[in-house]
Amino acid sequence: MSTLGKGEEPDAPATSSPYASENKSLMIAAGVLLVIPVLALMTVGLYAKDGPELFGFPFFFWYQFLWVFLTAGMTYAAHRLVLKARGKSHKDIA
Amino acid sequence: MSALVAGGVAVLAAPDSTPNTGINYTALSILVILFALVTVAGFMATRFKRAESLDSLDEWGLGGRKFGTWVTWFLLGGDLYTAYTFVAVPAAMFALGSVAGFFAVPYTIIAYPIIFVFMARLWSVSHRHGYVTTADFVRGRYDARGLSLAIAATGFLATMPYIALQLVGVQAVLEVAGLGGSDNIIAKDLPILIAFALLAAYTYSSGLRAPAVIAFVKDALIYVVILVAIIYLPSQVGGWENIFASAQEKMGTINEVTGKPQGSFIPVEQQYWAYATLALGSALGLFMYPHAVTATLASGSRNTIRRNASILPAYSFVLALLALLGWVAIAAGTEPIGLDGNPNAQLVVPQLFEDMFPSWFAGVAFAAIAIGALVPAAIMSIAAANTFTRNIYKEFINRGADAKKEAQVSKLMSLLVKAFALVFVFTLDKQNAINFQLLGGIWMLQTFPAVVFSLYTRWFHRHALLAGWAIGMVYGTYQAYLTPNPATGQAHFGGSVAAIPALAELGYIAVTAFAINVLVAAVLTPVLNAMKVAKGADETRPGDYHADADDPRVQKDLQAHEPGALPDKA
Repeated sequence: MSTLGKGEEPDAPATSSPYASENKSLMIAAGVLLVIPVLALMTVGLYAKDGPELFGFPFFFWYQFLWVFLTAGMTYAAHRLVLKARGKSHKDIA
Repeated sequence: MSALVAGGVAVLAAPDSTPNTGINYTALSILVILFALVTVAGFMATRFKRAESLDSLDEWGLGGRKFGTWVTWFLLGGDLYTAYTFVAVPAAMFALGSVAGFFAVPYTIIAYPIIFVFMARLWSVSHRHGYVTTADFVRGRYDARGLSLAIAATGFLATMPYIALQLVGVQAVLEVAGLGGSDNIIAKDLPILIAFALLAAYTYSSGLRAPAVIAFVKDALIYVVILVAIIYLPSQVGGWENIFASAQEKMGTINEVTGKPQGSFIPVEQQYWAYATLALGSALGLFMYPHAVTATLASGSRNTIRRNASILPAYSFVLALLALLGWVAIAAGTEPIGLDGNPNAQLVVPQLFEDMFPSWFAGVAFAAIAIGALVPAAIMSIAAANTFTRNIYKEFINRGADAKKEAQVSKLMSLLVKAFALVFVFTLDKQNAINFQLLGGIWMLQTFPAVVFSLYTRWFHRHALLAGWAIGMVYGTYQAYLTPNPATGQAHFGGSVAAIPALAELGYIAVTAFAINVLVAAVLTPVLNAMKVAKGADETRPGDYHADADDPRVQKDLQAHEPGALPDKA
C-alpha cells in the first residue's frame, strides 16, 4: 500500500520512490525486460534477411511476428516484477 | 501522368479483376444495416455507466474516469487501429513495399514497453491534480503558459489531418462499393456527409461513451473479417510462398518514372536506419496524441494501463497480418482503380475483399472498415476539443469558465474539428492528406521532451524546452517540405524520410528533429540557469507520480465531476 497521506510530502527529487521498501534488483530486471524488445527490433541489419524461412515466410517477417508474442510476455513479466518490487499483489488491481 | 497510369496498370496485371463501375447492392445493404445498428448503439450509449449528468468535461470528455480493464482495452484498441491503418498500411505495402508499410509492425510492438514506463506516472499525477491533457500537466509542472500553449496547439493541429484520414478510409470503402462517382456531385459527397452527420450527432450527445460501446462491435467485426481473410485468402492465391514471390517480383521491377526498383521486399542496407527510425519515432510519438492521452486517463486505476500495455501487442499481430494483405492483393492481381479511372492504392484492401469474397461478406468487411474509421474519428475529435477548451479557451479566452461551460465549448469544438477535417477530405489530394499525416507525426514527437522528460525531472528549463520544441517543429516541417516524391512528381511533402545531418544515412525526419530538439533544450538549460531566468513553480510533488485509485485525493478527483462542484485546479 502507498504510504502517502494527506499532509505534505518531503521535497525530494521526482525519481525517488515513495514506497516503504522497493526491491532495486527486481526493478532493474523489469527495466531490462522492457529494453530487450526495443533492441531486438531496432537492430534491423540483424534480421533483414530471407532465410531461414518458416511456413513460407522469410526470416524478416516471422522474426517480427515472434517479437509480438515475446514483447507481450516480457511486458507482462515486467509488470508483475514491478508489483512484487513494491510489495503489492496483482490481485490488488481494480 | 498517363505514363504513370500505364505503368501502374501494367504492374498491377491480371485481367480477371476489372475496375468496379457499378454499385454492389448486396455489399452496400449489409454495410448500411450494420452501420444502422452501430448508430442506434451510439445514441443509446448514454445509458452505459449512467452518470448524474453529462454536463461536465470529465463526464462528457472522459466518460467519468471509471472504465475498468476490459472496457479500457476495447477503447484503446478502437483508438489505435484506425481506418487509416487498415487502408493505408496495406496500400503502402502494395505500392512501395516493406520500408513504407511494414515498419508499422515494430512501431506498434515497441510502443507498448515505452508506454508501460511512463503512462502510469501521467495517470497518477493527472488524477492528483485534475489534469485532463498533457498541456495541463506541463502547465502545473513549470507554471509555463507558453510551453503549455505550444503543447496544446501541437496536439490540436496534428489531430485534425488524422481525423481527415479516417474519413478517407470511409470514402475508400464507399468508392469500392460503388458510391461516390466523380461525375454526379450529390452522389459523390452524400454518403460521406451522411456518415459524418451520424458520427457528429451521437458523439455530441454521448461524448466518450459513444465510442466505447461501438468499439466492442468494431473489434468483433474487425477480428472476424481479418481472421477469415488471413485464413481463407492466402490459399486462394497460391499460398504464402507465391504471395512473397509475387511481392518480391513486383518490388524488384524497375519503376519507369524513377528508374529505381518499384519498392522494397526486405530492407536493404541503405534502408536500415529509415526502417528503424520510422518505427522508433512513431512509437515515441504515438501516445503524445491527445486521443491516446484521453483514453489512458479514462481508466479507473494506474495499473489498468500497465496491465493493458501487455495485451495490446495482440493488436500488433493483427496489424502485421493486415500489412501482408497488401501483398496478398499483389498475388491476387487486384487492381485498385478509382471511379475516376485512376489507380489509387488506398482502395486495395476493399477491392481485394470485393474481388475475393461473396458480396454479403464483402459488405461485412466494408462495415468493419467504415465503423473502424468512425470510432477513432469520434475519439480524436473529442480529445482535440478537450485540449482546445482547457488549454486555449479557458487559459486565454475565458478564465472563469465553469465545468458546464467547458463541456459546452468542447462539444462545439468537437463538431468544428470534424467539419474542418471534412474540408481536408474534399479539397486536398489524397496524397497530400497522407503527407499532412506524416507531418502530424513529426510535430507530435516534438512534444515528447516537454511531457515525458518532465514526468521524471525538472532539470530542463521551461524556456529551453520551448526553444527545443520550436526548433524541432521548424526543422521537421522544413525538411518535410523539401522532400519530393519522384514517383508521383510531387515536389513538396512527398515523403517522411530525409538525410540525417552528420550521418550518411536516411532516417525519419521526426527522429532527427527530436534529436535536435533535445540537444537545444539540453544546451540552453544551463545557460538559462546561469542567467538566473525564473524556472517557474512546480505544483506537483514526488508522491503524485505514484498515486493510485485508493489515494484520497485521487478519489476526490474521480468524484469531483459532480455537476456544480468546483474543479480541484483553478
